[in-house]
Amino acid sequence: MDNLYRDFILEHYRNPHNKGVLDPHDLHAADSNPTCGDEMSMTLRLDEAGTAIADVAFDGRGCAISQASASILTDGLRGQTLDEVRAIHPQSLLDELGVPIGPARLKCALLAYKVLQGAVRGAAVAWPAEAEGA
Amino acid sequence: MTVEAQPTLPGAFSGTALRADFPVFERPTSTGARLVYLDSAASAPKPRVVIEAMADAYAHHYANVHRGIYELSEDATARFEAARRKVARFIGAPSEREVVFVRNATEAINLVAYSWGRANLRAGERVLTTQLEHHANIVPWQQLTKEVGAHLDYVGITDDGRLDLDDLRAKLALGPRLVAFGAVSNALGTINPAAEITAAAHAVGALVLVDAAQAAPHMPVDVTEFDCDFLALSGHKMLGPSGIGALWGRRELLDGMPPFLTGGNMIIRVTLEGAEWNEVPQKFEAGTPAIVEAIGLGAAVDYLTELGMPAVREHERYLFEHAWAALGEVGGVRRLGPDDSAIHAGVISFVLDDVHPHDVATIFDHHGVAVRAGHHCAQPVMARFDVPATTRASFYVYNDLDDVEALVEAVQATQRLFAG
Repeated sequence: MDNLYRDFILEHYRNPHNKGVLDPHDLHAADSNPTCGDEMSMTLRLDEAGTAIADVAFDGRGCAISQASASILTDGLRGQTLDEVRAIHPQSLLDELGVPIGPARLKCALLAYKVLQGAVRGAAVAWPAEAEGA
Repeated sequence: MTVEAQPTLPGAFSGTALRADFPVFERPTSTGARLVYLDSAASAPKPRVVIEAMADAYAHHYANVHRGIYELSEDATARFEAARRKVARFIGAPSEREVVFVRNATEAINLVAYSWGRANLRAGERVLTTQLEHHANIVPWQQLTKEVGAHLDYVGITDDGRLDLDDLRAKLALGPRLVAFGAVSNALGTINPAAEITAAAHAVGALVLVDAAQAAPHMPVDVTEFDCDFLALSGHKMLGPSGIGALWGRRELLDGMPPFLTGGNMIIRVTLEGAEWNEVPQKFEAGTPAIVEAIGLGAAVDYLTELGMPAVREHERYLFEHAWAALGEVGGVRRLGPDDSAIHAGVISFVLDDVHPHDVATIFDHHGVAVRAGHHCAQPVMARFDVPATTRASFYVYNDLDDVEALVEAVQATQRLFAG
């Protein structure tokens, strides 16, 4: 537990980065975690060329894992092209979280990834295979 | 139902001592902590007598039932039917022919919704259930009423988690054909007044289905006392194996209902033009049944009967009272459901301020404490109390005050961690 709930996870949970709703925005998606019903939405603004992320925000209530994961994921998005975002591998987010996530909590950790992919692909995506243990 | 006040001392048996009957408690947890199992409302561990009865049945008494004209099949059939008699006695059924083996309470309710429902419910008529139900006692009625063009009404919930009996009377006045409700709420632990609700429903001419999935494992359940028409239970919640449950129904109702699933065993005669149905309960038991699971359920019923269901109820009430009071003293804990232990089973659904139930359950897990976190397949209950999810601790025979202490300590550890 002390591994899973490391200080930086709890710090992101207490003070999440990029929390809120961008208005106006260019891209939007929302999804939920079927194991707990938690909902998360994401709004993104693109640069003038319309090819890269200028700004991003996520919103919704959830557990420490899902909130920290969304906070960490959104932190790295500004300046990335849409193609780069589409190519993000879910494992890279799990690696960035850097804490052991058991199978029952993988959907919590990957909800932000699923919402983000829905936003940049324009349609909801399936849960990544990494989340299938949940 | 009325709760029998036991003249015996609270804790007439020791939960700590009973753990020796359940091999799962020999299992070490990965953190080295003792396993504190507080998720029996989801499913219960199995005592050695159940596991051994099933192993013995597979090893020495296994053949198909109701078919073979040979000693081994007759032996298997006798054991299978003996299990049916045990279940019938356990729920006070007038006849074991009224007990249909199914997979679980969900299937029992679906059987009634498909068989009785499709044959009897007409467009414009009504079914009444409650907002307090497990999804298993909501979705089959939603599907049925949608299919036939009937209406589905719900009895509301009071602020302290009881069924709103004024609302019940108002909804009964609409004249439902069937009323379906749980004897005990899986999400909150509320014990509903089953006999009172049934009498009120019968007074307006409705049939009554009682979902006893959370009641049969934990307190005396008697279909003649409830005076209901159908009753559903799951074996795996009452120390029996998964994959076996029972539907009890009044003989004349079961006799008049068409089959649910069709095929082998449930017929008397099949020609290329059609088939004649077997008698109940075989009419509703198409195909080879869960033979060994039924025998295992019979062994579980024997184990519970030996403990005595009034004593089981008293034991859980004793643990509930201690845990409810202790969690109330901790602070920052919102407890859902009735305050009164006379109408609250051994289930405590709670929310910690500022900590998500999933985080609570994960941190508890690292203390060896197994609880359920989520909506408990009762999302309308969560909506009623405006929470996305709760953490639920539920007690059974192998729990004791040391588990209550572990629960309270886990709550405090969680609060300390999140207070940072």
